Amino acid sequence: MATDSIAIPLPRTASRSVVLDWLCTVDHKKIGIMYIVYALIFLVIMGCEAILMRIQLARPESTFLNAEAFNRLFTMHGTTGIFFVAMPMLFGFGNYFVPLMIGARDMAFPRVNAFSFWMTAFGGILLYASFFSGGSLLHGGSAPAVGWFAYAPLTAPAFSPGHGTDFWILALLVAGVGSIGAGVNFVATVLCMRCPGMTLGKMPLFAWMNLVTGAMVLVAISPLTAAQLMLIGDRFLGSHFFDPAAGGQPVMWMHFFWIFGHPEVYILIIPSFAFISEILPVFSRKAIFGYPAMVAATAGIGFISLGVWAHHMFTVGMPSYGNAFFVLTTMVVAVPTGIKIFNWLATLWGGKIRFATPMLFCIAFLFQFLIGGLTGIMLATAPFDWQLHDSYFVVAHFHYIIVGGILFAIFAAFYYWFPKMTGRMLSETLGKWHFWIMVIGFHLTFDFMHVPGLLGMPRRIYTYQAGRGWGVWNMISSIGVIFQAAAILIFVYNLVHSYFKGALAGNDPWDAWTLEWATTSPPPDYNFDAVPVVRSRRPLWDIKHPEDPDWKYE
Amino acid sequence: MSATPVSVAAEAAEAQPLSRGRVGMWCLIVAESAIFLIFIVAYLFYMGKSLDGPTPREILTVPVITTICLLSSSATMHWATAALRQGKQTAFRLFWFVTFALGAIFLIGTGREWHHFIYQENFTIHTNLFGSTYYSLVGLHATHVAVGLIALGTVLLLALLGKVKQEHSERCEILAMYWHFVDAIWVVVFTVVYGLGR
Amino acid sequence: MILSGGRGLRTFRLAVAVRSAWRACALTLLCASASFAAVNPAPLSPTNIFAPESTPARSIFRISGFVLEITGAIFVVVFSLLAYAVFKFRERKDDDGHEPPQVYGSNQMELAWTVLPVLIVVVLFLSTAQVIHRVQDAREPADAVQVTAVGHQFWWSYEYPQYHFSTANELHVPVSDASDPTPTYLRLLSADVDHSFWVPRLAGKTDLIPNHPNTTWIDPHQVGLYLGQCAQFCGTSHANMLLRVYVQTPDDFQRWVHAQEQPAVNDPSVVLGRTLFVTKACFACHTIRGTIAAGKVGPDLTHLMSRDTIASGILPNTPENLRRWIRDPAAVKEGALMPKVDMTDEQLNQITAYLETLK
Ligand code: HEA
Ligand code: HEA
Ligand code: HEC
Ligand code: CUA
Ligand SMILES: [Cu+2]
Repeated sequence: MATDSIAIPLPRTASRSVVLDWLCTVDHKKIGIMYIVYALIFLVIMGCEAILMRIQLARPESTFLNAEAFNRLFTMHGTTGIFFVAMPMLFGFGNYFVPLMIGARDMAFPRVNAFSFWMTAFGGILLYASFFSGGSLLHGGSAPAVGWFAYAPLTAPAFSPGHGTDFWILALLVAGVGSIGAGVNFVATVLCMRCPGMTLGKMPLFAWMNLVTGAMVLVAISPLTAAQLMLIGDRFLGSHFFDPAAGGQPVMWMHFFWIFGHPEVYILIIPSFAFISEILPVFSRKAIFGYPAMVAATAGIGFISLGVWAHHMFTVGMPSYGNAFFVLTTMVVAVPTGIKIFNWLATLWGGKIRFATPMLFCIAFLFQFLIGGLTGIMLATAPFDWQLHDSYFVVAHFHYIIVGGILFAIFAAFYYWFPKMTGRMLSETLGKWHFWIMVIGFHLTFDFMHVPGLLGMPRRIYTYQAGRGWGVWNMISSIGVIFQAAAILIFVYNLVHSYFKGALAGNDPWDAWTLEWATTSPPPDYNFDAVPVVRSRRPLWDIKHPEDPDWKYE
Repeated sequence: MSATPVSVAAEAAEAQPLSRGRVGMWCLIVAESAIFLIFIVAYLFYMGKSLDGPTPREILTVPVITTICLLSSSATMHWATAALRQGKQTAFRLFWFVTFALGAIFLIGTGREWHHFIYQENFTIHTNLFGSTYYSLVGLHATHVAVGLIALGTVLLLALLGKVKQEHSERCEILAMYWHFVDAIWVVVFTVVYGLGR
Repeated sequence: MILSGGRGLRTFRLAVAVRSAWRACALTLLCASASFAAVNPAPLSPTNIFAPESTPARSIFRISGFVLEITGAIFVVVFSLLAYAVFKFRERKDDDGHEPPQVYGSNQMELAWTVLPVLIVVVLFLSTAQVIHRVQDAREPADAVQVTAVGHQFWWSYEYPQYHFSTANELHVPVSDASDPTPTYLRLLSADVDHSFWVPRLAGKTDLIPNHPNTTWIDPHQVGLYLGQCAQFCGTSHANMLLRVYVQTPDDFQRWVHAQEQPAVNDPSVVLGRTLFVTKACFACHTIRGTIAAGKVGPDLTHLMSRDTIASGILPNTPENLRRWIRDPAAVKEGALMPKVDMTDEQLNQITAYLETLK
């Protein structure tokens, strides 16, 4: 060993070993950070795709993009957003903080964890390889152009020649295997790795919600995997699952996809709820209101969400009782979700609210998620959905939740936990700029996007005729994206700048209550010097307030 | 910068923490069941919807012997792990080997069935909807048997080398969970394909 | 009296303000577009879903308004609570540094905000189910006009089984008078991939899916032209798969039907173009009744000139546009499945001249 380090110039070994260190790591914190950075890169990529689409749509009959390129862009944008931005980002935070919050030294299966990350990473790279695997770049290479739910039989070789669709299938298959690994890990970690004293009822909500997410990943991603296997069979082996010519039913694909697709959106929102449920109490200076109800509501949402998928299919001609059934199940989700909203409000109530940047994003989350949820109720009204389905109203609905909800929650998480992950604070000044510009951009883009939907504008159209009355609204939407891009640029700058120059954070900059703040920032490899022992949901509160600890009340 | 001491007073550790291996395997089984469920739904849905022949009734024969083999391998697997837990090495190796052999017989049976279909009956995945669903569902199961056999074979090899000790019985039992799952799924697949489907 | 009344008056004013606020929020869009439709014959947009002109669209419009009101009310209540909490419980400059009282929950309140939404959901569900039933399970009258609409990448064909002819891209139906309802029932099929039939002012959308026949119905109350377009992504030119529905008086409709039933005009002056239509393989894909052309891959051209537009509504049907189209379809409509056929300019003129006689 000693001779080695003499033979090779030092700096080089150092940097090489750092790289190797990251490539080979099985440490949940490093894997978490890799997930997060990976997702950030894809956020910028998919955002750039969105920018191109918005330029094209800003005016009627625009010729900025051709049809093929546009169709590829929205397919890539949507697929990337769901599978390579939102999921890895949320898994990343989960990976980093679940073990810390339950006082564990790592995830249950560290090597499976690393495997999962690399599968996800590989999936994203595979998807983007399609851009460069033949065809003119101006037409989007041979990227898939079937939309993110890839309805059959458009995916059949006759209608999707070339390999774009194959890239799409394989990328999601590979990433799906990674996700299932992550799901297994979350469940096993939360169930088996808790520190002494931390019963299920004393876990932070963050752990609970990641447990539910993990369980949902297991039952939701698998149907997608199964459907993709069938599609591979159809494309490569000549089977007829979705082939109308042989009696196959394209509607089957829709069912299979949405049996995955709907729980998937809750797989994204529940970890976001987890962020809010940790951050909101700290900046209100109050314990979370109604912990047992929050747990029950989370489990309830997870459970009900398995039975609502066909609300994406109100227009495919289900019988009236089928439609009515899915109206009911879908609307029922509003009840547990409402419990959450109200419990968060009650947590704010009577508190002393500190408007640090994480809290600003949380409050905006509440506001925006509320609206997104209520437009969801409109879509759940099947007859209304016969008009709204596949229109820009749907696009507005889900961006309201995904961007206004999930992305805002992710920003809150960044501002809140960056100090723990790096030892330095993010700049509050830049944070407030980021927040306000993002809010403006978000509302410009997505508030006004509802209107063309109500005026009959379908989604996934690369052009539209003047005289439909859609132009103004689209122009406003497009202008909003400039603000969003600026905000995200500020954010990225803030990350990089603060990583090197930010104020030192200390262990517990927010005066918070969960276990991750009990160790150093960033935490050592083994997380805790001594395995902690807890008596309540807020172990650090107990220490800070020995005269009035939580465990007296729980 | 020392960490905030959380609580030094070590309380009585929790009774018996769950085994993460078992929990992990349960999770995997849940995920796998969901995959099978989709294939089974597809099978049931397309039953009798093929536009042309052959129909299941015309060509399927019930694989009684291989099914008995696979199902009894669950029992031998159970005896094998029980033996290991009690430290009875010879019994463990014997039963483990028998399990492996029974699984292999099953797989060979499936292989012969397929060979017959493809070369004698000219019936492939491409033939009709029945072919598509039959080969994919049975094939999915066979893949699981094959993966199981690889794992069983590895353990068998290690056992013959004397590397599998009593303290490994937990791990073997986790592998056994997977094997029992593969058997249980066969009961469902069998019922669907050779029972309802005919 | 006056003093004690102050508080009551204030709450009253507040209630009025809140109520008018949520009304404004929830209904601005609805009212704006609806009143537009009422006073202005050209609504905000020719495809405005809030300007219904047919029974299914009206039923949808009504339930939509109801849902908008309920969700609007929920929004105003929850938003007010949020705004109030954020404002009222903000940390003050002169804070004493103590933590606020810790409250862990309250069973009564949590029960309240579980039960209340349950009740709202029940109401929403029941009224929704009623509309679903009314629209979807409506009994089809024996004398309804029947049309079989087939979606193709990227155009529509319409067959009229009662009248033995078929046409493309422009659907004609009779107006349905309240005193003498003549609804039109559309059987929706697909020739290739999924499409969706969506004319917002007449009805909600219904998909056209291979191997999965669907039905929808309309009974337009007003004569006129209604627009829409394919609403399910169906490939490259999905954006260019437009819909046009011509609602006519019963007499006009019968005249149109009668004209469509005739075989194609046989004008001897364009015999050159007519020959070209066969030699250039056009006949393999297109039908012109009364000639040997009986292809089904492309639109029926028997009465091409009776249509206002070509290429499923994206171009006005003018001689120049026809020429442009035949010269290079994909240049006009990206991804169009009609091939570019090699022709001299003269041949192009002849074939266009021929098509222009197909009145
Ligand atoms: C990612 C997160 C996410 C979340 C959390 C949701 C949440 C909901 N969604 Fe959304 N949805 C998407 C993402 C999401 N959605 C996506 C991506 C699509 C489109 C996919 C595609 O086509 O590409 C979609 C599409 C979609 C459709 C299909 C539209 C169509 O294509 O025609 C429908 C229809 O029912 C729907 C409904 C709902 C409902 C009812 C909720 C509910 O969970 C909302 C519940 C919340 C509230 C209701 C607010 C708070 C509650 C209260 C204050 C209590 C009181 C309220 C009442 C009693 C009503 N969504
Ligand atoms: C995580 C999920 C996610 C996220 C974050 C977003 C974010 C955005 N989306 Fe996306 N979207 C989807 C998921 C998501 N979307 C899905 C699933 C679909 C459906 C796809 C389908 O139909 O198949 C869809 C579809 C979709 C459409 C409809 C396309 C169509 O139907 O034709 C549109 C149109 O405007 C759109 C716009 C946007 C915009 C403007 C943002 C913005 O919020 C993006 C903001 C981010 C940036 C702007 C990046 C920042 C850039 C930089 C920092 C670099 C600066 C560089 C320059 C200035 C050059 N999206
Ligand atoms: C391979 C099949 C094919 C051939 C050959 C073909 N067409 Fe077409 N044609 C189509 C299809 C498909 C469309 C509909 C395109 C669309 O709107 O997307 C079409 C549309 C048209 C239209 C517009 C009809 C309308 O109502 O919108 C005209 C006119 C036309 N073709 C004329 C011709 C002529 C003239 C020729 C021969 C030179 C020809 N076609 C050869 C398939 C074909
Ligand atoms: Cu046809 Cu879109
Ligand atoms: Cu959904």
